[in-house]
Amino acid sequence: MSILIGVLEEGLVYAIMALGVYITYKILDFPDLSVDGTFPLGGAVTVTLILAGVNPVLTLFLAFLAGAAAGLVTGLIHVKLRVRDLLSGIIVMTALYSLNLRIAGKANVPIFSQETIFDNAFLNSIIPESISPFTVLIILVIIVLVCKLLLDFYLNTKSGYLLRAAGDNETLVTSLAKDKGMVKILGLSIANGFAALAGCIYCQQKGFFEISMGTGTMVIGLANVIIGTKLFRKFGAVKATTAVIVGSIVYKGCVSIAIAMGMAASDLKLITSALFLVILVISNGRKGKKTC
Amino acid sequence: MLELKNINKYYNVGTVNETCLFEDFNLTIKDQQFVSVVGSNGSGKTSMLNLICGSIPLDQGRILIGGEDITNMPEYKRQRRIGRVYQNPAMGTCPSMTILENMSLADNKGKPFNLGRGTNKARIDFYRDSLHTLGLGLEDKLHVKVGALSGGQRQAMALLMSTMTPIEFLILDEHTAALDPKTADIIMELTDKVVREKNLTTIMVTHNLRYAVEYGNRLLMMHQGHAIIDEENEAKDKIKIDDILEQFNTISVECGNED
Repeated sequence: MSILIGVLEEGLVYAIMALGVYITYKILDFPDLSVDGTFPLGGAVTVTLILAGVNPVLTLFLAFLAGAAAGLVTGLIHVKLRVRDLLSGIIVMTALYSLNLRIAGKANVPIFSQETIFDNAFLNSIIPESISPFTVLIILVIIVLVCKLLLDFYLNTKSGYLLRAAGDNETLVTSLAKDKGMVKILGLSIANGFAALAGCIYCQQKGFFEISMGTGTMVIGLANVIIGTKLFRKFGAVKATTAVIVGSIVYKGCVSIAIAMGMAASDLKLITSALFLVILVISNGRKGKKTC
Repeated sequence: MLELKNINKYYNVGTVNETCLFEDFNLTIKDQQFVSVVGSNGSGKTSMLNLICGSIPLDQGRILIGGEDITNMPEYKRQRRIGRVYQNPAMGTCPSMTILENMSLADNKGKPFNLGRGTNKARIDFYRDSLHTLGLGLEDKLHVKVGALSGGQRQAMALLMSTMTPIEFLILDEHTAALDPKTADIIMELTDKVVREKNLTTIMVTHNLRYAVEYGNRLLMMHQGHAIIDEENEAKDKIKIDDILEQFNTISVECGNED
């Protein structure tokens, strides 16, 4: 039971980041590696703010903004300086490693004794003892749901239409008298905002920030998106955002199973990428539209 | 009025393959003129359209619309007054979005793309009516993704979408070339209708000499960056397909294709 809750919890945290990867990879067709840096950026910003006494709920928004700013930089490097998409992401990701260390102060910052969105006086006073093991899960479900609904709403606005058009057919965006570069920059900002938000929540749930927490974020995000969209491809009625969230939980489940079967916890990243490879190959075999 | 003044355009500058496409090229297109442009491959037809739209930079010269210099205006800003239909039917629509979403996108050209609802429900009837004029039954497929449509259907939509909002110029870049003869005829009829209804100034590049002769009120034949035929109105009406073919043969001989 506790393993199941653990899978759900971690799956949901990564689902928020995967929603961002969905924007860059699926909608914009942009392999954005900066999420490897913006995920821990969200964490670094969060622990620093929390230790400074900022309300944990407020850190959610500030982490999102920090990630969006980093995404903006990736976008500007790609669009204005004409650097290739993959390289723009790598540049920002690498730079963020040092920046994250600067923000957090050191490579490992615990916030165990601090109030977080999962553990604070207000929550403890309203949540009865009987459901307290599920507190984290309930809060995560609420946050993920809000993120999903906001993204669904956004993708159906005029601005969202334009974002989808930019990934689908850049020429049309130009024909609509809009600067396609600006649309890409906007998309990258939103995507990295989600990644940083996920990092913020990850740190609050784990109770610490760790500089290497971002390694492999992109791979996990891609795996989540691909599993989700492949799994639900035959069901037209299921929204892609829902599919991505379910994909995230399924993927986390697969990783947990691998660890439960005797792999060491230190093999986590190995399992993460090996599983991702398997998913890629399987989806190629079924004539997937996009390969990596 | 559209004016191209003293245009110079070189390709592969600074290499052994440096070629001059346009040298001191001038062209003036009056309002509501429908210009058909023919010419062999590499004669500068599509380059001319790309220069007008700002898709490629020019080396020297000026481009003016209604007296306003747009030479340094970025491509996307020029598109505010220009509608363009490409040879490839996939260029004018978004395949993973539905017909309704595509129509909504096109309808919003020139307005801000903000956080308002993507599709204005009050406009759906209008979209349905516009699609109905195509006569392809697309009005009953509003929620079908455009990627599922045929090339001809997509091109019809592309034409509709590019002329939905008020524009001054319609640029047609071999827009019937990728279609079968029957569909091409339908699209050409449709084009003519739209141009007449909206009084658009139109430039149509085509390899179909019949279309070039039958449609429009001015005909240009391009060769090595020059207009070797340029007739309008009555003089244009007298031109026959054979005249153009003959001209093509002469060019061909000049280029060393003598057989």
